Amino acid sequence: MRSSDGHVFVLALPFVVVAVFAAMAWVDRRRGVNAGPGFFARNGWPVGLFLLLAVTLWALFMIVLPQLFMVEMSFRPKLPPAAMGGARDVYTLENYQYFLFGSTTSTASWNATHLNAFWRTILASILVTAGNFAFCYPLAFYMAQVAGAARVRLLLLLLIAPYWLNEILRAFAFRVILGTSGVLNKLLFGAGLIDAPVDFLGMDVGLYAGLSYAYLLLMIFPLYNAIESLDGRLIEAARDLGAPWWRIHKDIVIPFAKPGIGSGCTLVFMLTSGALAAPLVLGGPRSLWFTPIVYDRFYQAFNWPQGSAYAFILLLTCIAFVMAVLKLGRLNLGEITR
Amino acid sequence: MTDAVELDRMTVRFGDFTAVEQASLGIRQGEFFSFLGPSGCGKTTILRTISGFIEPTEGAVRIGGRDMRGIGANKRPTALIFQSLALFPMMSVAENVAYGLRVRGVGQRERMAKAEALLNVVALGDQAGKRVDELSGGQRQRVAIARALAVEPQVLLLDEPLSALDLKLRQHMRNELRAIQRRVGITFIYITHDQGEALTMSDRIAVMNRGRIEQVGDGRTVYEVPETGFVAGFVGETNALPGRVIEVGSGLAVVETAVGRLRGRNPKGLGVGAQAVLFVRPEMLHPGLDEADNLLSAVVEEHAYEGNLTHLACNAGGTRLTVLLGAAESRNPPVEGVPVGIGFAAADAFVLAG
Ligand SMILES: Nc1ncnc2c1ncn2[C@@H]1O[C@H](COP(=O)(O)OP(=O)(O)OP(=O)(O)O)[C@@H](O)[C@H]1O
Ligand SMILES: [Mg+2]
Repeated sequence: MRSSDGHVFVLALPFVVVAVFAAMAWVDRRRGVNAGPGFFARNGWPVGLFLLLAVTLWALFMIVLPQLFMVEMSFRPKLPPAAMGGARDVYTLENYQYFLFGSTTSTASWNATHLNAFWRTILASILVTAGNFAFCYPLAFYMAQVAGAARVRLLLLLLIAPYWLNEILRAFAFRVILGTSGVLNKLLFGAGLIDAPVDFLGMDVGLYAGLSYAYLLLMIFPLYNAIESLDGRLIEAARDLGAPWWRIHKDIVIPFAKPGIGSGCTLVFMLTSGALAAPLVLGGPRSLWFTPIVYDRFYQAFNWPQGSAYAFILLLTCIAFVMAVLKLGRLNLGEITR
Repeated sequence: MTDAVELDRMTVRFGDFTAVEQASLGIRQGEFFSFLGPSGCGKTTILRTISGFIEPTEGAVRIGGRDMRGIGANKRPTALIFQSLALFPMMSVAENVAYGLRVRGVGQRERMAKAEALLNVVALGDQAGKRVDELSGGQRQRVAIARALAVEPQVLLLDEPLSALDLKLRQHMRNELRAIQRRVGITFIYITHDQGEALTMSDRIAVMNRGRIEQVGDGRTVYEVPETGFVAGFVGETNALPGRVIEVGSGLAVVETAVGRLRGRNPKGLGVGAQAVLFVRPEMLHPGLDEADNLLSAVVEEHAYEGNLTHLACNAGGTRLTVLLGAAESRNPPVEGVPVGIGFAAADAFVLAG
């Protein structure tokens, strides 16, 4: 298949899917399934039409099509503009091959730099997610079940206020704190605990701290929501039956909050593995995070097809990982989006 | 024998608000004991203090003679059945029942066997594998009972466990609860604001009002010999005739009321001049009498025939009186609108502080 046909296919795909679903809904309605008032009957023609068009166009042009074109692009070779659409513009796996072997032609040796960065990114994202959970769970539990309303409002304010700053500024704040001549080093030095500055940034402390902090709220809120809806009497009932505190969390709170935990961890994991600002600002000289590599494919190497392939690999791996974990936790997507 | 549960001048305060004040009583081993009182009088607070979720501000709770101060809810030999039941939605029926055993480290096989046995006791043997939300209200009730019994508590605490059920099921569950209590033989402490429930089920009742225990006694005593005006008014129907004591003697007191001088028992030994209320039950009033300890004239305004009983709403010079006639008495009831003499014995009326 030539890539110009591919463009047509990609462009048509979402419309076909939408049309098929619309047809299915129409058939169901004809058969009398779900016999409530129709969408247009409920909203009126003008509003209904506007909603339908707005949502469809937004979803198609802002979300679906760009992604699909990225996927499509990842299967094409890097060509000078003149050669596009020419004889060499055919679908190929060379961008994926490059990720694995560091060359578009040979498979002799692994692409160690990129593969290492990739696995490090996944592993570090898992650790950051776990750390985030460990920090947020007690806090969310405290806010949802223990603290009074005034205390909760104060905590929420403290949690949210720093996020009024943008992500880059927050990342730089960590540099200011953790740099070799930063606040923390000065404090430790002043207290006589160290006699030479510690290179926290080189040790990636800054990177992990920044990454953990960046998506804290996305862990807190799903957890808080889930634990909030737990009837405090269940906790008391478990205690009354003799359960010590850790058992109450293991048997009652965590199983109950599982959907919230699932969505919080999914969000944090996906966003951490795809984070760009924190790794760029806080990554030490030796640390290689995967997203800057993807970024470089686009803007340093000007190799958009390869960049797309890299981004797509990261996305697919993360999705597969999240799905596997959800499956292990016997959660389905419907539950975590509640 | 030591009491199963003993409250010793127990006071519970929330900030400035006193929810329970100076409660003292002993609940015997194997007794079915009820707390009866209007909403907000502190019943749940007492139960939560016994089970260990609240520490008394003053005084002590003793269970089996042992002071419970500092002993957490998870370490007390009590089991609480919550007003809302609080079954665990993330567990099956059997797992709910077995949970208390699980936290005690009882093995899977053993605890499941025990859960099954208990589910049989509450006639739910065939529902063990179901989820909690698949059960009916009455079935959930019984799961909660089985779950509490599984930990073999010395004392079972029940917080209005039947209030969410419809009338029919409630009556059925009353009998069921009583039967279960007889079978397992442990102390039940039961909370209700339904006096019928308290009277039919309990060995003894504590009547509460605004954080205070007004009277403790068996159902008959509480009903027939109320010690305070509140008890007389709250337990069962009554006619209250306020006035002033003008004469006392030989255990009786005469009260000057709006309908005349009336004589009744004076259990609290009120003195002459005291503000008092004379209480007399509707079934103790007899129309058509010419001679009695107390006699007053009233007009029947309304007549409600209920088969075995007849309710008469009477008016004695502006004071409303309710009269209840048994089937035999109501064969020839007084005619509406015609004055009739209503009499009652001094022994059937109580003069209590107003
Ligand atoms: N944690 C608390 N903080 C402040 N006040 C409380 C608290 N718990 C209970 N109270 C107050 O104590 C009083 C007694 O409450 P309690 O729950 O014991 O009543 P109750 O007799 O069980 O009523 P009901 O029949 O409605 O359940 C109420 O006025 C209530 O507002
Ligand atoms: Mg209550």
